[in-house]
Amino acid sequence: MFDYSMSELTAIFAMQGFAGLILFSVFLLMALGLAIIFGQMGVINMAHGEFMILGAYVTYLTSNLFAEYAPGLFDGYFFVAIVLAFLASALLGMLVEWSMIRFLYQRPLDTLLATWGLSLVLQQAYRSIFGAREVGVVIPDWLTGSYPVTDIVELPVSGIFVMVLAVGVTLAVALLMFRSRWGCQVRAVVQNRPMAGAVGINTARVDRLTFALGCGIAGIAGSAFTMIGSTGPSSGQLYIVDTFLVVVFGGAASLLGTVASAFGISQAQSTLEFFLGGSMAKVLTLMVVVLILMVRPQGLFALKVRR
Amino acid sequence: MFRTTFMTRHDLLGFAVLAVLLLLVLPLSLDVFRLNLVGKYLTYAFVAVGLVLCWGCGGILSLGQGVFYGLGGYALAMFLKLESSDPESTRIQSTPGIPDFMDWNQLTELPWFWEPFQSLGFSLLAVLLVPTLFAYLIGVAMFKRRVGGVYFAIITQAIAAILTILIIGQQGYTGGVNGITDLRTLLGWNIRTDFASYVFYFVCVGLLFVCLLVAQFIRRSKLGRILLAMREQEDRVRFSGYDVAGFKIFVFCVGAAFAAIGGAMFTLQEGFMSPSFVGIVPSIEMVIFCAVGGRLSLLGAVYGALLVNLAKTVFGESFPELWLFAMGLLFIGVVMAFPNGLAGLYQQFLGDRVARWLDQLGRPSRSQAPVALEGGAQ
Repeated sequence: MFDYSMSELTAIFAMQGFAGLILFSVFLLMALGLAIIFGQMGVINMAHGEFMILGAYVTYLTSNLFAEYAPGLFDGYFFVAIVLAFLASALLGMLVEWSMIRFLYQRPLDTLLATWGLSLVLQQAYRSIFGAREVGVVIPDWLTGSYPVTDIVELPVSGIFVMVLAVGVTLAVALLMFRSRWGCQVRAVVQNRPMAGAVGINTARVDRLTFALGCGIAGIAGSAFTMIGSTGPSSGQLYIVDTFLVVVFGGAASLLGTVASAFGISQAQSTLEFFLGGSMAKVLTLMVVVLILMVRPQGLFALKVRR
Repeated sequence: MFRTTFMTRHDLLGFAVLAVLLLLVLPLSLDVFRLNLVGKYLTYAFVAVGLVLCWGCGGILSLGQGVFYGLGGYALAMFLKLESSDPESTRIQSTPGIPDFMDWNQLTELPWFWEPFQSLGFSLLAVLLVPTLFAYLIGVAMFKRRVGGVYFAIITQAIAAILTILIIGQQGYTGGVNGITDLRTLLGWNIRTDFASYVFYFVCVGLLFVCLLVAQFIRRSKLGRILLAMREQEDRVRFSGYDVAGFKIFVFCVGAAFAAIGGAMFTLQEGFMSPSFVGIVPSIEMVIFCAVGGRLSLLGAVYGALLVNLAKTVFGESFPELWLFAMGLLFIGVVMAFPNGLAGLYQQFLGDRVARWLDQLGRPSRSQAPVALEGGAQ
């Protein structure tokens, strides 16, 4: 990797940097939901990837519906799909919280196993309903093609769209968490559950809504995922480890940390990919993250909370 | 007043029943193919027993036991592969004398880290030491910094993911996604005969009992009590002057060593090793074997590994679609409804009766607390 000239290197970094931005957006969208569920509630949701895939399948169904019944509106189906994906995943999340998670808040390691079981059930359900083959959506015309940033770097429009979506969702979550009454309640429950209950916050309801919101955001991530890749029953599992590492690396309870670590990990992976190939890039990135976590277990941005 | 007897009558009965089952009933009633399958299931029992110590007693949930299982298996597989790749039988390769997959990947000489695996002694040592050392390093890095619980689980899982990607990516050095296959002889002795299957089965059972006894010893010793105390109130144990990290590292290493023995036995009985036994999914399945058997019961872990694998083979063959559902629901059900698994059920319905029966048999049993619930009864 050392026999490149300076200008070539700059171009490579720029190119891979932009490719990394798309990866960053996907990581960010997935990690946001998990940061809420894991960071705020301390629940390990191993089925997070499957909630994402649910969003992807909902998008797929919506695109088919539009193509069938409303071809004139096809250009706009994606916006409807995002909303539907959010609602579907959030509803499923609420159901799961009500039927499983709420009994396990005291046993985080057991949540991990139970939600892994849930992920297996969901995977098989997808396989039975949609078939084992991967499905892809037809991307509307305005999202295809690419936009030349410089002479050598071209960005696919769908990638830009995903980025905008990721930034938008992040801002919305930040507003919700730090500027709304509900966000205030969530943070209160995280910091001190009994006290939050004592001042009249319905902690059970806050928990359910928080979990649903996290799952809903995973649904949006899945929706965005259809723009760049195809969807199969077990696609979600591929991302779960990365996503957890992003959240842990960022510092579990910190939104800013999640953004920073998603950025760092995706950029590192995408840049190394050029020199070392996909699998070694991933190995090296993950290894560095694990090593850093061993030195600094609280992650990049640790929230200081008295327990 | 804690009188730590090594084994109560109740435990002894449990060990005896398992020994009769594994050494007499199964070998006499099953043909060699099925016995070989049972032997394969038993290799997971090693991991599950290690997990009882780590997770059930110590409260350390490792989602990376597949790493140690795999490292143990690979260490032995490398030796066996080198033995079956002598220049004579690989003369059609462009470079005779190196394993076939290296030849396919245009390697012309044996990589340096394969060299020592020419020796059986080194390989056997490596089976035990490499995974244990690796566990030691992970343990030191994590437990000294008081990383535990959920974070530990996630990081061990990430390590499992890393190792899998690494093995699959470095085809020329590791055999890639197919793993190390086509292992034929051990010191010139054909490992594919029925006789060899029988031998390996009994070696496997023997080693399993060694591991079980070691685990039993750890549990009944003062160390085991400290582990339980640590799981419940880590800070109090620390303030009492114990080196919490040291105990955790020790038990994690023991778990890793057990898993490695299991992996090596798997390689011997199946004749291959592949990354599909290393990654996230197999690692987490190993946890479920332990959970189904009862995370606090050593013997339960063995039954858990046997039964879940049996169910997997039976269902997986006839209804592959139902199997994932069943497995998923098993996870959820065990966690939500039966946190103490089979051992918990046994304790609830049979344990007292058996204990009373044992009391009537001889003089009153010395221990009043039955084993399986010992930890869970606080």
